[in-house]
Amino acid sequence: MKYVDEFRQPELIRKTAEEIRRVADPARQYHIMEICGGHTHAIYRFGLKDILPENIDLIHGPGCPVCVLPMGRIDDGLAIASRPGVIFAAFGDMMRVPGTHGSPLEHKARGMDVRIVYSPSDALKLARQNPDQHVMFFAIGFETTAPSTALTLQRAKKEGLRNFSVFCNHVTIIPAIRAILDSPDMRLDGFIGPGHVSTVIGCRPYEWIAKNENKPIVISGFEPLDLLQSILMLLRQLRAGEAKVENQYKRVVTWEGNPAALRAMADVFQLRPYFEWRGMGFIPESALSLREEYADWDAERRFEVPGIRVTDPKAAQCGEVLRGVLKPAQCRLFGNECTPEHPVGALMVSAEGSCAAYFSYEHRKTELTTLNAPA
Amino acid sequence: MAHGAGGKASRRLIEGLFVPLLCGASNGPLGDAAVVSLDGTRLAITTDSFVVKPLRFSGGSIGELAVNGTVNDLAVAGARTEALVVTFVLEAGLSTEILQAEVEAMAAAAAKAGVCIAGGDTKVVEHGKADSMYISTAGIGSLIPEVSVDPASVRAGDQILLSGPIGDHGVTILLARGDLDLEADLSSDTRSVLPFVEAIARVAGPSIRWMRDPTRGGVATSLNELARDCRLGIVLRDDQIPVRDAVRGACELLGLDPLHIANEGQFLAVIASEAAEAALHALRQTPGGEQACIIGEVQEQPAGAVLVTTRYGGTRIVDMLVGDPLPRIC
Repeated sequence: MKYVDEFRQPELIRKTAEEIRRVADPARQYHIMEICGGHTHAIYRFGLKDILPENIDLIHGPGCPVCVLPMGRIDDGLAIASRPGVIFAAFGDMMRVPGTHGSPLEHKARGMDVRIVYSPSDALKLARQNPDQHVMFFAIGFETTAPSTALTLQRAKKEGLRNFSVFCNHVTIIPAIRAILDSPDMRLDGFIGPGHVSTVIGCRPYEWIAKNENKPIVISGFEPLDLLQSILMLLRQLRAGEAKVENQYKRVVTWEGNPAALRAMADVFQLRPYFEWRGMGFIPESALSLREEYADWDAERRFEVPGIRVTDPKAAQCGEVLRGVLKPAQCRLFGNECTPEHPVGALMVSAEGSCAAYFSYEHRKTELTTLNAPA
Repeated sequence: MAHGAGGKASRRLIEGLFVPLLCGASNGPLGDAAVVSLDGTRLAITTDSFVVKPLRFSGGSIGELAVNGTVNDLAVAGARTEALVVTFVLEAGLSTEILQAEVEAMAAAAAKAGVCIAGGDTKVVEHGKADSMYISTAGIGSLIPEVSVDPASVRAGDQILLSGPIGDHGVTILLARGDLDLEADLSSDTRSVLPFVEAIARVAGPSIRWMRDPTRGGVATSLNELARDCRLGIVLRDDQIPVRDAVRGACELLGLDPLHIANEGQFLAVIASEAAEAALHALRQTPGGEQACIIGEVQEQPAGAVLVTTRYGGTRIVDMLVGDPLPRIC
């Protein structure tokens, strides 16, 4: 398969892994955060931890939009959708995320009209097909999915389609990285930068991380070879005592990003003064809402929103896991009260959530090896 | 809904409610068919219901699935289907052309599989109470004498055979629903797997430990069930598992794992290692089995789990499917 197989060649992967071992200082422990949930998923899926030296610790960052969404937002969205004549449309990622009274899928089982869509424009299509009903698109995602929501809203406005609205939960990645760097228990050496987000925002917005915080960051693709090469680039910077923004994912990401996507976002969205992130609290200017010109398509303005706030279960330690202070398996609830079937914290819900990825691909492996190790 | 998707939730429903109340003290492993004795003759018996949207898709239709599904459940229990009975649940207003087409599809599939449809029943429910039509079939089969399958007979060192590329059916259905705006040259693999069973029975009969047609929940779920039942580890080599490019592509785009995608005409078997090559050869000689492979083996560890070794030297655990496979977008 083109664009995939080239980046999964065993021989190249072996060579890169060897080079990583050569460059890594055996006397040092490396703490590298992969910001994006897609990277977390790929690291586990390809078993990359098994081929990295033990002194390279990969810490899973906040880049899983489903995971950082507070439960109150899900409750608010479902409250709107429980009105007669409203269709709740969202990506498959959202469907199993628990609200206080169950996930969207569970609401569907109880009779709510819940549809899985593959893009915001599919939700718009639903609105055209169901003129007597109101379609609310529950928008989630970082700068990766925000442009497609923006384009969809531009089209809805142009068509004057009034039975469509967006419940906007789009967030932005840079403030989350800042919050992690500002947290007192932070102990990171460098970042694997998000690939898909950067196709939109480019590399420039990360420059402060290198300049002001003195941490290297390498924007990475999602194939095994991409990730290993990015880790190698980080190690080389660390060995040389440098801190730069580098772009490993050049086949997709440009330095300046995608100007058309950025224009669409600027036309439709504005920054919220603050937004709550699950496990991280309120982060200023970290999320998007619809501009006044799009108020007619803003579910939060068109409907009365209860504004529900739900505190995370006290025993769950999602925040510590999100900031990389704890490994998933070190959380009190991991694997007993909190599993992919019955997630307590959102990190267990999405396949990109670090707890779910760890649970599915890694945890039993470690558990089983420990259990079965000869005494 | 998750309780019907063939993964963990289905298993909990069966083990937590159905088995204790309906099967009493019978505590055998949950196979695809039950074996009952009638005047000293042992017969395999099973039933399956079919709910699929759309009714027709590239390579098959609900009628074909209804015949092949039950024939296959009996086949992997080591039985040749002798007779099927069928129940139709029809939604009022269903066009006769659609019904006729499905009955014809069933007749053709039954003729192809060499089984007779001996009887049936029809119910009509109000419009809106059923999605066009549901079909349920039950089948009875005679056991192939040289074959005896039991997860408890599985040993470390046994080889795991797969009849061909996985995920064709599940991805075909996903694309046929039309919400994805994806197109691929792909058809469902629905067919009888009995020829595979007969082929390996001839050359490796007593060495067959376990067989399964990995339908809902895919190969991963079937093998997790085996790992649990035999308390051994299943270790797969990802570069040995055949997956068509179209299936791989769709799964890459949607964030799905082909190991979790449903099949309707593939066949998994665990064979004692000394007979594995002969069984593989026999599978490859069988029409539809040309791409059969040994995809892994049974090992002592990780007991109760399925481990995939990647071609780069990494490993990952592959769990049962939780609920339905949902695409990842954001």
